[in-house]
Amino acid sequence: MSLNEDLVAEAALGAPVGQGTGEWVPYRRRLDLARSGWLLLRRPGLLLSVLMVVAVLAAAFAPGLFTSRDPLVGTPSQAFRPPGAAHWFGTDELGRDLYARVVHGAALSLKATLIAVAVAFVVGGLLGLLAGFVGRWVEDVIMRFVDVLLSIPALFLSLALVTALGYGTVKVAVAVGVASVATFARVMRAEVLRVRQAVFVEAARSCGVRWYGVLGRHVLPNAIGPVLVLATLDFGTAILAVSALSFLGYGAAPPAPEWGTLIADGRNYLANAWWMTALPGLTIAATVLATNRIARALDGSR
Amino acid sequence: MRRYVIRRLAQAVGVLWAAYTVSFLVLDYLPGDPVSAMAGLGTEGTADPAQVARLKAEYGFDKPVLVQYADYLGKALRGDFGDSVATGRPVTATIADALPQTLELTGAALLLAVVFGGGLALLATATPLRWLRQALLSLPPLGVSVPTFWVGLMLVELFSFRARLFPAFGNDGLRGLVLPAVTLSVLSGSMIAQVLAKSLFTALDEPYVETARAKGAGRARVHLRHALRNASLPALTVVGVLVGQLMANSVVVETVFSRNGLGRVTASAVSAQDLPLVQGVIVFGSLVFVLVNLVVDLIYPLLDPRIVMAGAGRWRIT
Repeated sequence: MSLNEDLVAEAALGAPVGQGTGEWVPYRRRLDLARSGWLLLRRPGLLLSVLMVVAVLAAAFAPGLFTSRDPLVGTPSQAFRPPGAAHWFGTDELGRDLYARVVHGAALSLKATLIAVAVAFVVGGLLGLLAGFVGRWVEDVIMRFVDVLLSIPALFLSLALVTALGYGTVKVAVAVGVASVATFARVMRAEVLRVRQAVFVEAARSCGVRWYGVLGRHVLPNAIGPVLVLATLDFGTAILAVSALSFLGYGAAPPAPEWGTLIADGRNYLANAWWMTALPGLTIAATVLATNRIARALDGSR
Repeated sequence: MRRYVIRRLAQAVGVLWAAYTVSFLVLDYLPGDPVSAMAGLGTEGTADPAQVARLKAEYGFDKPVLVQYADYLGKALRGDFGDSVATGRPVTATIADALPQTLELTGAALLLAVVFGGGLALLATATPLRWLRQALLSLPPLGVSVPTFWVGLMLVELFSFRARLFPAFGNDGLRGLVLPAVTLSVLSGSMIAQVLAKSLFTALDEPYVETARAKGAGRARVHLRHALRNASLPALTVVGVLVGQLMANSVVVETVFSRNGLGRVTASAVSAQDLPLVQGVIVFGSLVFVLVNLVVDLIYPLLDPRIVMAGAGRWRIT
C-alpha cells in the first residue's frame, strides 16, 4: 500500500508531485530469473501469494483442472451439506457444490477485474501521459478534471456509472475501472514529469529525435514502472469493488457464480449454512491479500 | 488567513460545480434512456410512446442538452436537485432525512478507526517485543484485503446468530450500532494504522528524537509529544480522504445490516435508476469530501507551525 499512501499524502498536502526533483534513478530493466527465484524462496509469504494468484488464474482459464463438478447443476438431496471430504466447501440450497461454484466463479470475477484494471490503466495512463508530456493548458484542464474525479468517493462514482450503464459484469467492471482513472493519471503524470527532465531525454531532443520518438522510446518505457506497480495494487482494489457491486446485486445475472454474488446468495442462509458466505469470502480475501503482497514486493524492489 | 480561507472556499465551489457537471454528463447524457426506465417502472418495461413523450416533456428531456444543463444547474444552485423519480419527494429532503442515521454510523466508525488504527500503530512502534510488533503490523494488510460486506456478514453470524450479543439488523439504539460501526471501521482503521505506523517509524529515526532523548525525555514523552506530533500529518491527510470513503461504504454496510440511512437510499436509487436522487447523493458526497479536506487543511498549521500559507493558495512546507 505504500505507493498509494504516499500519493494520497502528497496529493492532499498539495506537494508538486514529482516536480523539481532532478535526481534520476533508472529502473532495472531485465528480470533476473535466478535471482527472483531465490528471492521467492527466501520469502515464503511472497511465494504463497504468487502460488495463490497462479491458482486463481488457472481456475479462471481452466476450471476443469480443479473440479469436474458442474457449478450450475445440483442434487437436491445433497442440499446444505457442510464442508467435508465429498464437498470441500459444502453445498448450497440446491445441492450445488460450492467449491465448483467458487472455482468457476473465478473466470467471471477475474474477467471483471482485468477489464477494470485495463480501463483504469489505459484511460488514466493516457490522460497522465498527455498532461505530463504536453503541459501548458492541456495539463491544467486534465489535472483539474482528475481533481474532480478524486473528490467523488470511488464507490459513489461507480454507482453513478452503474445507474447510467445498467447491470452486468462488464458494465460493473467499467464502472469500477473509471473510478480509479484519476489515481493512474496522477502517477503517470508525475512519472512523465520526472523522466522528462532527465539528461538522456534532453540529449535525444537535441539529436533531433521527433516528439513521438522521444515519447515512445525514451519517456514512456522509463515512466511506466510505477504505473505498473499501481496496476498490481489496483488489482486487489478492483476485486473488492467488483465483488461489492455484485454483492449489491448489480453484477452477473443469478445462476452465474460470481464471487460477490455467491456471498449475496449465502447471506439468505447465514443462520444455518455459514460456509456459503464464509468460504467464498475467504477466497476473495486470500486473492486480494496475495495481489497486495506481490504489489508491495514490486514496489520495494523496483 | 482569511484570504486563504476565502480562496479555498472558492476552489471548493469550483470542485462542486465540476462534480455536478460530471454527474450530469454521466447520468443524463450516457446511453440508458431515463424516461423509458421511468415509464417502464410500473408496467414491466412496456412503455407507452405517448406516456414517454409526456414524461420527456415534463422532465425537460426533449430540450437540447445545454438548455437542460443550464436549467438543472440553476435549480441546483438554489438547493433544488429535483424530485426523486421513485418516490416523488424532493431529493434534498430525502437526503436530509436519511443523513442523521448515516452520520451516526460513519461518525462511530471513524472514531473506532482512529482509536484502534492509531492505537495499533502506536503500540507497534513503541513495543520492544519483536513478535508483538510483527503480529500487530500484519493486521492492517489483512484489514485492507477483506471485503467489507463479508466482514459484516461474518460478524452477524458470530455475534448475532451464535452469541446473540447484538441485533443482526435495524437502527435501534447503541447496541444496533456496534456491529455496523465495527464493520465499517475495519478498512479505514487499517489504512490509518498503515500510514501512521510508517510515518512513526520514520519520525523515530529523525535527529530531533535523538535530541529529545539526550535531554532526558522519557520514552512515552518522546513517542507521544515528539514523534507522534510530527507523524500525525500524513495520517490526518488520510483521515480527510477516508471520510468520503466511509460515507460511500455505508451503502454496503447499511445493506448488510438492513439499516436505514443515506447508503440504503443510494442503493435503492441505483436499483430504481432514480437519476435525480443518485446525482444528489454524488454531489453531496463531493461536498462532504471538499468540506472535510478544507477542515484538514486548516488543522495542518496547528500541528506543524512550519507549514505556512503559500501565495499559490496551497500549504507549503518551508
